[in-house]
Amino acid sequence: MTTTEERPAPAAEPEFERRAERAKAVRGFLQALPSYAYLVFFFAIPLLIVFVFSFASRSRTGKPVLSDWNLDSYAKLLQPVVAEIAARSLWLALLNTVLCLAIGYPFAYWLATRRSARYRAVLLVLVLIPFWSNFLVRTYAWRVLLGEHGFVTELGRALGLWDKLLFTQPAVFIGLLYGYLPFMVLPLYAALERMDWSLVEAARDLYASGWTAFRKVTLPLSRPGVIAGSILVFIPSLGAYVTPDILGGAKTTLLGNYIVRQFTAARNWPFGAALSFVVLVAMLIATIIYFRTDARTI
Amino acid sequence: MNVPTHAAASRTTDRALSVHGVAVFLFLYVPILLLVVFSFSGASNLSVWGGWSLRWYQKMFSNDPLLRSMRNSVVVAVVSTGISTVLGTAAALALERYRRWLGKRTFDALLYLPVIIPDVTMGVMLLMWFTTISWPLSLTTIILSHIAFNISFVAIVVRARLANLDPSLEEAAADLYADRWQAFRRVTLPLIMPGIVGGALLALTLSLDDVVITSLVQGPGSTTLPVFVFGLIKRQVTPEINAVSTVMLLASMVLVFGSLAFQRDTKAEPSPEAP
Repeated sequence: MTTTEERPAPAAEPEFERRAERAKAVRGFLQALPSYAYLVFFFAIPLLIVFVFSFASRSRTGKPVLSDWNLDSYAKLLQPVVAEIAARSLWLALLNTVLCLAIGYPFAYWLATRRSARYRAVLLVLVLIPFWSNFLVRTYAWRVLLGEHGFVTELGRALGLWDKLLFTQPAVFIGLLYGYLPFMVLPLYAALERMDWSLVEAARDLYASGWTAFRKVTLPLSRPGVIAGSILVFIPSLGAYVTPDILGGAKTTLLGNYIVRQFTAARNWPFGAALSFVVLVAMLIATIIYFRTDARTI
Repeated sequence: MNVPTHAAASRTTDRALSVHGVAVFLFLYVPILLLVVFSFSGASNLSVWGGWSLRWYQKMFSNDPLLRSMRNSVVVAVVSTGISTVLGTAAALALERYRRWLGKRTFDALLYLPVIIPDVTMGVMLLMWFTTISWPLSLTTIILSHIAFNISFVAIVVRARLANLDPSLEEAAADLYADRWQAFRRVTLPLIMPGIVGGALLALTLSLDDVVITSLVQGPGSTTLPVFVFGLIKRQVTPEINAVSTVMLLASMVLVFGSLAFQRDTKAEPSPEAP
């Protein structure tokens, strides 16, 4: 996408062409200007504010005081409570990504390998509906199922498997899995659907077993889908707020809830700012890794 | 379409995949279906079935704070989608149509950030900013925040459409003495319309879905429907929430099928990419 922009202009360009080029550059800039200005004012500067406030000290109302710079908020990040919450968030996000992949890959493969294009289209719509459905509503559905007299709770009791699920870590995990599974399936399906299946056939013709053909051909070719899906699941899982708040309890606080709490009940904005900033940097690193592994092809 | 033949899985594997596929669909749909069914239950709690009834829908439509939040949601979604669709489309055109301009690379990166950033961080950022500039939290701050994330989503969708377009079509229009505006309105705009509509529908959905950012930047009386429902869920679970949820699901379905119908319409026309 960027290759054409970097091509140096020919050395002896006629004056009028250079002028036309400059006029085009001005037009491009002007067209982007409204959204550029908007994003600077309502995104870039606020981002900077978070960074600045993370060094501020805390007033009695919790709002930051800028006159007294310090690293207290960052020192506070090293507390065991924070480490525990961060570790729990990271663990749940990773586990969710792996499980979404384990469930989503065979599912997407099944969708993409249906013979009739019409059947495939119908199945795709069935995947799109939960993907577009309101996230809060989908989480609420589990709040009922996992409740005191919920279907899943009663089932577990009847089988002697569990007595209570709501407000526990497994409940949060089920919510995350249910919430983000469609985000994994769609990019995987997109990658598998557009794959050149004759390559798999060629491998089979060369006496590769079904499994070998899958491992050596299908899996590498669907890699962009795997990476895109993993990022789409991992990032929101790590920042999850709604799911742990509805399905979790006091012992299942995740980073998202912990950050918001600094701005509400705990009233410690500088610490909240420091936390947000660190989480943001972690996400950016994850995303850069994603772009490095040439997932841009998706 | 490349329909896989014997390259696909063996019969046993395929059968296992089918069982798995059906199980995943059940996992995805049974919770939502139960939720919808119980919104029609006459019982006052969700642990028993109380016979078919519309009482929770009646209750919902006489719940004034809920209706107000619904109205707020519609206002926020429509206004933020309208503005971000115009801004996002202009941004996509600037990035795809103009080779080089001042600050293009920075803008390109800036445009992707709101998509990557977690909701919580975005909400916290905007809350701090509005407080710093002493902008009172209200419906306006919610709309401003929604525009901030929606511009990027619209721009990405429109850009994908623009990237597949043949620029020579616009050049042809110019050769036929169309001025820039005419070429845009008569050639480019109709061709990228599916992208613009797709982006707008995505923006609408994201706006109607948002809980985290809105709950941080809302002011008194400006609560949106999802934030209001979120509060209700945390207090107590009632069939009335099921009724509201069903309405919200219905709205999502309308948007999905709307976008699918629109895509089919544009596919029926001769494809612009075809030679």
